[in-house]
Amino acid sequence: MSQDLNTAMVEKYRNDFLKEVEEKVEEGEWVRMCMQCGVCSGSCPLGPYWEHPPQEIFMMIRAGKREEVLSSSSMWMCTSCYNCIVRCPRELPITHIMHGLAHYAKRLGLAPKEQPTMKFAQLFWDNLVKQGRVNELKLGLSLYFMNGFSEGVKTALKMAPVGLGMLKTKRMNPMEMVGGHKVKDLKGFHAMLKKAEEIEAAKIEKQEAEA
Amino acid sequence: MTEVIATNETILVVGGGISGMTAALEAAEAGKDVILLEKRPYIGGRVTQLYKYFPKLCFPTCGLEINQRRLKANPNLRLFTMAEVDEVSGTEGDYSVKVTLHPRYVNENCTACGECAKAVEAEFDDEFNYGLKKRKGAYLPYAMAYPERYVIDPRILGTEDAERAKAACKYDAIDLDMQPEQIELKVGAIIWATGWKPYDAAKIQPYGYDRIENVISSVEFERMMDPFGPTGGKLVRPSDGKPAKNVAFIQCAGSRDRNHLLHCSRICCMASLKQTTYVLDTYGDEAQVSIYYIDIRAIDRFEDFYRKVRGNPQVKFIKSKVARIDKDKATGDPILQGVDTEGYHRYANPHDLVVLAIGMEPSVDRFPVPVVVNREGFIENDPANGGIFAAGCASDALDVNRSVQSATAAALRAIQVVNRVARAEV
Ligand SMILES: Cc1cc2nc3c(=O)[nH]c(=O)nc-3n(C[C@H](O)[C@H](O)[C@H](O)COP(=O)(O)OP(=O)(O)OC[C@H]3O[C@@H](n4cnc5c(N)ncnc54)[C@H](O)[C@@H]3O)c2cc1C
Ligand code: SF4
Ligand code: SF4
Ligand code: SF4
Ligand code: SF4
Repeated sequence: MSQDLNTAMVEKYRNDFLKEVEEKVEEGEWVRMCMQCGVCSGSCPLGPYWEHPPQEIFMMIRAGKREEVLSSSSMWMCTSCYNCIVRCPRELPITHIMHGLAHYAKRLGLAPKEQPTMKFAQLFWDNLVKQGRVNELKLGLSLYFMNGFSEGVKTALKMAPVGLGMLKTKRMNPMEMVGGHKVKDLKGFHAMLKKAEEIEAAKIEKQEAEA
Repeated sequence: MTEVIATNETILVVGGGISGMTAALEAAEAGKDVILLEKRPYIGGRVTQLYKYFPKLCFPTCGLEINQRRLKANPNLRLFTMAEVDEVSGTEGDYSVKVTLHPRYVNENCTACGECAKAVEAEFDDEFNYGLKKRKGAYLPYAMAYPERYVIDPRILGTEDAERAKAACKYDAIDLDMQPEQIELKVGAIIWATGWKPYDAAKIQPYGYDRIENVISSVEFERMMDPFGPTGGKLVRPSDGKPAKNVAFIQCAGSRDRNHLLHCSRICCMASLKQTTYVLDTYGDEAQVSIYYIDIRAIDRFEDFYRKVRGNPQVKFIKSKVARIDKDKATGDPILQGVDTEGYHRYANPHDLVVLAIGMEPSVDRFPVPVVVNREGFIENDPANGGIFAAGCASDALDVNRSVQSATAAALRAIQVVNRVARAEV
């Protein structure tokens, strides 16, 4: 489906990536307000490690560099520290735009496959959905093994003291491995998620129909 | 008690900066009865604190002197310094204005001989130099102050200093019993020319104005060039007094920013270009200037000035709003951190001195009279304001040329009001 959606969007917006972002990406309508002053890029603690800091991403959107933006790992680097938002002289919700772009890229199937933040986000989500509560033990383990088995064993051993500490201070329960704690009304929780998924799917369908 | 006769054919001008002086003189020279009120002990406003004027790079003293002479020569114009408006009531053609005259403790006998200042020991922050220097408790605000009359700081009253000052005066000019006076004026039209104030640089937290000594504001930089100023006219670093040869200017410091002032302050691009010439003139080949900007707004006829500065290889233009300033603990150098827009290069540039091109905001937070102001607090030209008009920086962020134009326009509008009153009374 994502492949179709991507093709549909390319068809619809052709040379106007800015318009696509404005209409499809959460808070995307703010992008044109950017005056390219550079404060966000200079203020971002992760800035030096990004391929394209936010200011550059905004310019690339305007320049129609669709592929490069959507397949970039840059917006996945955002840690939501909000430094950029509080300093932007034009009050652009930069953090939200970064997340909006990342989400949109994932929906279109363009996000870089091995992006660790994206993988972790998926693990976190899958873990959370099961019981309505995050199972730290399982989440931690799946995170360690995210990059394969031998890598996982190494990481697990390295992290063992942290885990033991958490056990001692009752921040983590070994019984979590079997079952684990859950929300009171698990059925209701799943029904709620299903509804949300339906709403989202309808929205996307509408978008595809429009396209 | 001061007896001030005014009628509803009188024009009141509030604020004696370059705009207020101009409006008052234009109206008085057109034959109208004018009262000029100034809060400070002297007239001229903020241009008195500038070293040179762009674009001609002439000294403001020259124009000020001409205006002072015009003022002295005109019998239609009465000036009150240390005066503040408390309340305005009434309507166009018939206003009643309550004014407080603060005591100077020095009367018109003063010859500005300076003996009182020598006798006084107490020192206070010098307002004229933004507190970068001290002045005595008996003082002349600055060398060319008009009226050329000393002031006694009320903080020395009741101390031995006050008695020493009085004893030192051979002209019986010091009157320690002066009291504040309230006067009420009847006037037909009012011109607000209360001007601007520099935006508080300490509010721009990432620039560390309040933490890093070698980060100063553009108004302070002007003071450094004055031979009678805090550094005796030397361009040096506040931290260690070393020559400031490598100077950075940060544009839009507090302007065009939704966290600070929304508007473009219009003059600060030209002010930095002008101040660049100060550095070049002082240090010649050794000077290095970097201007960090979003875009340079040197409007219409200023374009030439900009080109000339831009053409100098010792001046670098860096298209970037600086994100943060750090301090190099060992050298005291401010280090500018950011990313430039032309290529997205990350930089960390040390400089000897950083000048924040600070924005202008209205000097008055709330006018003691109902007037329509815009989003930024400047007075609008609105029919609802009746016989109240704004001149100069009370109406917008303007340079001197545009301030003077706006002052002349305000004078004409006020003259029309009092002319209508005069016709109605015949
Ligand atoms: C760093 C810097 C450099 C600049 N350099 C230049 C330049 O080179 N060339 C140029 O053209 N322009 C320059 N400007 C702009 C220039 O300073 C202004 O255009 C000019 O000061 C405007 O004059 P004004 O009379 O409107 O206001 P002001 O100079 O602010 O005068 C207002 C007067 O009103 C008085 N006042 C305030 N409130 C009251 C009250 N309630 N009651 C009575 N009196 C009151 C004040 O004491 C003051 O005397 C510069 C500005 C800055 C910040
Ligand atoms: S800080 Fe705001 S205006 Fe400046 S480049 Fe970033 S997003 Fe654009
Ligand atoms: S919120 Fe994200 S983009 Fe903004 S400064 Fe923090 S990490 Fe950088
Ligand atoms: S007050 Fe007296 S002593 Fe002081 S300057 Fe004036 S004349 Fe001289
Ligand atoms: S005049 Fe220049 S420095 Fe001043 S606010 Fe406008 S653009 Fe910024």
